[in-house]
Amino acid sequence: MTAMSTRAKLAVVVTATVLLGSAAAGYVAMAAEPDRTTPPVGGEQAVTLAPGPRLLAITDRHLSTVATTDPAGSRTVSGLECLRVYAAAGTGVCLKPETAWSYQVVVLDAALRETRAVNVPGLPNRARVSASGRMVSWTTFVGGDSYTSSGFSTRTGILDTTTGATVASLEEFAITRDGRGYRNPDVNYWGVTFTADDNRFYATMSTAGKRYLVQGDLAARTVRTLKENVECPSLSPDGTRIAFKEAIDADPAKGWRLSVLDLATMRVTATAETASVDDQAAWLDGGALAYTLRKDDGQPDVWSVPADGSGAPKLLIPGAESPSPLT
Amino acid sequence: MYLSTVSRPVAEPPGPGPRRRRLALVSGNVVALGTVSLITDVSAEMVAAVLPLYLVLGLHLSPVAFGVLDGVHTGATALLRVVGGFVADRFRRRKLVAGVGYTLSAVAKLGLLLAGRSVPAIGAVIAVDRLGKGVRSAPRDALITLSTPPEALGRAFGVHRAMDSVGAFLGPLAAFAVLLVVGQSYDAVFVTSFCVAALAVVVLVLFVREHAPGEPAERPDEPKVSVREALGLFRAGPARRLVLAAAMLGLATIGDGFVYLLLQRREDLGLRWFPLLAVGTSLAYLVLAAPLGVLADRIGRLPVVIGGYTALGATYLLLAGPVEGWPLIALTLTLYGAFYAATDGVLIALAGPVLPARVRTTGIALVQTGQALAYLVSSVLFGLAWQAWGPENAIRAAAVAVAGVLVGTLLLLAHPTRLTTRKAPR
Repeated sequence: MTAMSTRAKLAVVVTATVLLGSAAAGYVAMAAEPDRTTPPVGGEQAVTLAPGPRLLAITDRHLSTVATTDPAGSRTVSGLECLRVYAAAGTGVCLKPETAWSYQVVVLDAALRETRAVNVPGLPNRARVSASGRMVSWTTFVGGDSYTSSGFSTRTGILDTTTGATVASLEEFAITRDGRGYRNPDVNYWGVTFTADDNRFYATMSTAGKRYLVQGDLAARTVRTLKENVECPSLSPDGTRIAFKEAIDADPAKGWRLSVLDLATMRVTATAETASVDDQAAWLDGGALAYTLRKDDGQPDVWSVPADGSGAPKLLIPGAESPSPLT
Repeated sequence: MYLSTVSRPVAEPPGPGPRRRRLALVSGNVVALGTVSLITDVSAEMVAAVLPLYLVLGLHLSPVAFGVLDGVHTGATALLRVVGGFVADRFRRRKLVAGVGYTLSAVAKLGLLLAGRSVPAIGAVIAVDRLGKGVRSAPRDALITLSTPPEALGRAFGVHRAMDSVGAFLGPLAAFAVLLVVGQSYDAVFVTSFCVAALAVVVLVLFVREHAPGEPAERPDEPKVSVREALGLFRAGPARRLVLAAAMLGLATIGDGFVYLLLQRREDLGLRWFPLLAVGTSLAYLVLAAPLGVLADRIGRLPVVIGGYTALGATYLLLAGPVEGWPLIALTLTLYGAFYAATDGVLIALAGPVLPARVRTTGIALVQTGQALAYLVSSVLFGLAWQAWGPENAIRAAAVAVAGVLVGTLLLLAHPTRLTTRKAPR
């Protein structure tokens, strides 16, 4: 190798810095999207979470509603930015971005006024409100702090909107697994769904490579496992069935089948949806489920399918995600 | 270069020349390697800071999909690290092998763009990135040992590791700045990160030397390093003891995640503050790396390494002890950072002179791989201990394990010749 003088080397480094810096700056400038036109706020009628024949969903990162009778039709979009929404009995929950790294759980009244806000760690993933509108739950992913090599864990919290009592993370609860006390630092929870008494709930607990359906008791601060390989439970309005995603061959790498568990018989019925569903489904009524599927380019659509395994999936709200009936 | 010291070990007594010593802080090659590490860490930490955002909000992957992403690359990386070390020794091309490692990681940044939404492709890209990281560290550390007089190795590694952690600090800030401009376009962060990584490769090519100035570049008559000679590392007493001790020391570490998790549980820290625990540790590491390296040159490297693991044991005891509140957090993070500062580079500084120069890269790769594999074992064992005994008793058990490992290390390494590597006979 011919020896270069230090001066020549420095010249090369400076040139490389300028070239690479320009390349990066050019790409950044190109990628800097001009501020997205804010969606029309309200329109003639403002968005409301009051119970009615409408569906709540997210359109282009904003909270919006459509008529149940014409879900693909005209949409009312609010100015409220959310990554995940749900509502029941006039109470809404919105996982709202503060900065690129931080999110808030915002509790809304029927007129989308903020009644409470909880700062949460991590990235929003799931959100639920109990049928009475009293209890609110959320799940976030937390990166970088995990002791597992994969570097990810989840945090699931619950808020009682009446008392203001908050459970920051279900990991504090005592666990009974297969009838015996259990503890493990790798325990993670996600996807809470509440029962009608606003105390008991169902959720997913993962530990030691397995995922369980657990039933929890808020007052007693306990959970116990009910069944393996049940994720993202969603309790039916009558409280007898749980819609969930079932990992194919119990291996999440193979995708999930949207299925329904009968709590009386513990029998599982797969729905007619064969695409992999990675979502906590919502019950549209006693007989149909709504859920988000993503196209190859990542754009979401809301689909629906009968809960009893019959029929076929159909496109419900194009270009939307995070569906919730307004009950 | 102006900062170069002579390659011949300067064994002069520290009498007349304090001024000269200050000038020759570390060799030019160490500064060059430190600069490359600094720039590369900016690039790596930029991506590390936004990867969760990208995977969760950009691609909408679920947590289990990440587990799949992670996979079983550790074993393969460990093996390839040793192979890379051997190749570097055999062809006396440590700079080239290190350069390949840095280049692989740079290319992986662009790979993230091309992988799109495919989980297996993203997994492969992350594997390439780790492979690059695995391959480059042993030849890089070997170059540091070969371009530094033995009595100044601690200082050289201290300076290098401090520069490295400065980069790790700047990375997330750079990512934040890019996201401020581009909003949700994570690809802009990846492209910027690639450009930064490419600059590091340019600096490596131009400024890092394979040979110290004055040293004959290549002796054609000298036989190439054979597998047999490399395996000789396991036969030669001192080298074998060192690799064994390194692996044993690895068994004492339970991993950052567990330490921070225990601290968070003890103090019921708001979960939002959780990421700051790692920042606190890095800060202590950054500040202490160079001074402890210098200290290692003064009083010997083994005492400093032993001190580092003692700090680790103290960290564990604190987590199950009576101290509470902010004193606990400050003390724990300082001690934990001190553990890293006293062991990460100093251990290699301790190993360098013991490993024959011809197979030094292989030897360093063995030391690093042994530590990585031992840590895998110990983190799993700690998880099991937590399940069986609960967190407090598990951490006490870990502290006992540190004590045991320290006794074992002393038995293996504390021969009079090695306690004072500063005066190591040449």
